[in-house]
Amino acid sequence: MNAFGDPQSVALVGGTSDIGLAVVAALGRSGRLERVVLAGRDRAGLAEAAQLVRAATGVDAVRTELFDATETATHDGLVDRLFADGDLDVAILAVGALGDADSALDDADAAVRVAEVNYVGGLSVGLRVAGRLRSQGHGALVVLSSVAGQRGRASNFVYGSTKAGLDVFAQGLGDRLHAHGVRVVVVRPGFVRTRMTAGRRQPPLACDRDDVGRAVVDALRRGRDTVWVPPLLRPVMAALSWLPRPVFRRLDL
Amino acid sequence: MSPDQGRLLTGWGRATRSSATVASPMRAQDVVAAVMQAGPRGVIPRGLGRSYGDQAQNAGGVVLDTGGLDRILQVDAAAATVTVQSGVSLGTLTQVLGRYGLALPVVPGTAAVTVGGAVAADVHGKNHHRDGSFGRYVSRMTIVTADGAVRQVRPVDAPGDAALFWGTLGGLGLTGAVVDVDLRVVPVPSGWMSVDVVRARDLDELLDAFESADARRYSAAWVDCLARGSGAGRGVVTSADHAEPGHKRPRGSQRSDRWRPPDRSGRVRVPPWVPAGLLNRWSVAAFNDGWYRASRPGTGVLQERSRYLHPLDGVAGWNRLYGPRGFVQYQCVVPAAQAVVDLLALLRSARAPAFLAVLKRFGAAGPGPLAFPRPGWTLAVDLPAGVDGLGRLLDDLDAVVATAGGSVYLAKDARLRPELVPVFYPRIDDWRELRAQVDPSRRWQSDLARRLSL
Repeated sequence: MNAFGDPQSVALVGGTSDIGLAVVAALGRSGRLERVVLAGRDRAGLAEAAQLVRAATGVDAVRTELFDATETATHDGLVDRLFADGDLDVAILAVGALGDADSALDDADAAVRVAEVNYVGGLSVGLRVAGRLRSQGHGALVVLSSVAGQRGRASNFVYGSTKAGLDVFAQGLGDRLHAHGVRVVVVRPGFVRTRMTAGRRQPPLACDRDDVGRAVVDALRRGRDTVWVPPLLRPVMAALSWLPRPVFRRLDL
Repeated sequence: MSPDQGRLLTGWGRATRSSATVASPMRAQDVVAAVMQAGPRGVIPRGLGRSYGDQAQNAGGVVLDTGGLDRILQVDAAAATVTVQSGVSLGTLTQVLGRYGLALPVVPGTAAVTVGGAVAADVHGKNHHRDGSFGRYVSRMTIVTADGAVRQVRPVDAPGDAALFWGTLGGLGLTGAVVDVDLRVVPVPSGWMSVDVVRARDLDELLDAFESADARRYSAAWVDCLARGSGAGRGVVTSADHAEPGHKRPRGSQRSDRWRPPDRSGRVRVPPWVPAGLLNRWSVAAFNDGWYRASRPGTGVLQERSRYLHPLDGVAGWNRLYGPRGFVQYQCVVPAAQAVVDLLALLRSARAPAFLAVLKRFGAAGPGPLAFPRPGWTLAVDLPAGVDGLGRLLDDLDAVVATAGGSVYLAKDARLRPELVPVFYPRIDDWRELRAQVDPSRRWQSDLARRLSL
């Protein structure tokens, strides 16, 4: 990583994530990127993602690694493979499942799976990657949180609760690692137009995945640890947090 | 020496940050022990931390704080030579040499660098066009190499050792740790400088002013990178020689021709916390304008030597002015003045908030494979690291420098593209071969070495 926060090596965990791939593409724009590792569950999707990264960044050395976020026992091996070619300047944690809040009350098992992917999987990979970053003495872990984790909503409380857990985990981890030269950047996008949200009604302040990519590059350059995308969400969420429950409940969010 | 586990280190620019185990050797044997015990992430020496970028950082590895190697071993006034350990600062050495009427022939813009650092960066001063770089005055070094050997190297010697000598000059600490050094020093007539100040209204005038300044031992110009229109490239050229004793001294000054320690009690100190963005294009433009107007032209103005040579040492912790995000210094050398014109035009059109831009003449290149100075003009610019687009701007400057056949100074770098290193240092392969020979397992490592794949 250079003085402007431009990485030479990046790993994307959740290697087919639209937002994650947009972040990798944005990080490649400085022309410093030399190595990329994409880790995910979907072999064909990863191969396609690798092509996208090669096209977007001009980097040839794009590797893919198969892994499942819920199989935490395999994560030590995964992290070994992520670091197999040397240091990682930036690791992006983008594993996530949205789930379906409407059916959560009838299908608790599906909700548990969302929690296992988003929170347990994120924590498991996040901690192991963080340990490696600490021993290499530098690097940044970019954690994709969500504004959904800021206040529980009737429409996505399962997903929101997993992101709330991941968000607090990442904040504390960042403070824990600060003295070791490692940064943890917590990214809180609002509604992002991606495959995961396709077909859903777009709320105000919806943004594109490239906006998230640019925001992460900006945060690494300026040394910011918390990123709201778009930035206006920060005051909006602060205001919403003061609303009494009966009022908040009636808002159509 | 007790290692300090996991200390956060940055360069002077505070824009590169990593953590390392810091060890403090007190003698050569401690350095040998440190390199023999070095783990896979290696070890790098660090002096006073004045390298702007990640030169003296080693993330996850060991950093040798050379502060304990602080002895001046011998001063031979008659022969004008001195033997010093690598952790001695040039400021301390200057102070001691002053008692003998001697001075260092080459000093950089700050006296707060160590002898080891001056070797590792092969530093230059305002007199490069006349006197060359620091390495020209080194006649012997003791180096601890990766195999734990304590070796004596000289500029001319058995062929192997001479190669190690020249590869260590400007070698960024990656060929071995310098333990002590024999230096040739020079007699100076007084502790004063006789300074000419010329204010140039545009770049043409500035370059012309250098023609006449070339005759003086020291010369440098400050350039206003933000002034536009007819004042584009305006600046202030200062040139100087050592003042002869008996020169009229400024009123109120002490009656001593000998060098004396400068009075630092009243110097300005930057507070530890400065908000990000204090230095932006508006504040810097205003500062530059004020600086230009406040510089009074004059001839033969007497100035205390260290004040002339080390103007920045007057403000303690000036690097903190750039706020928490820090800054980078970009220094390049180009053979012809036209490239300087192009570089300044790029900086100007980008409205880059550069408040310390220094232009100097370089003389002949040194013989080392990583020697940075070469005949022509050198431009150094400080830029805040957090500002959008500066990475790309500096890449554009690199392209101008590459086309002009110039070079970018590795000792200050924090952002170069690795593939440009062989372009700017055509003899890097000689140096890589030397390194592969003296350090096949890469025990000497730094963040810069990893970043640039040196």
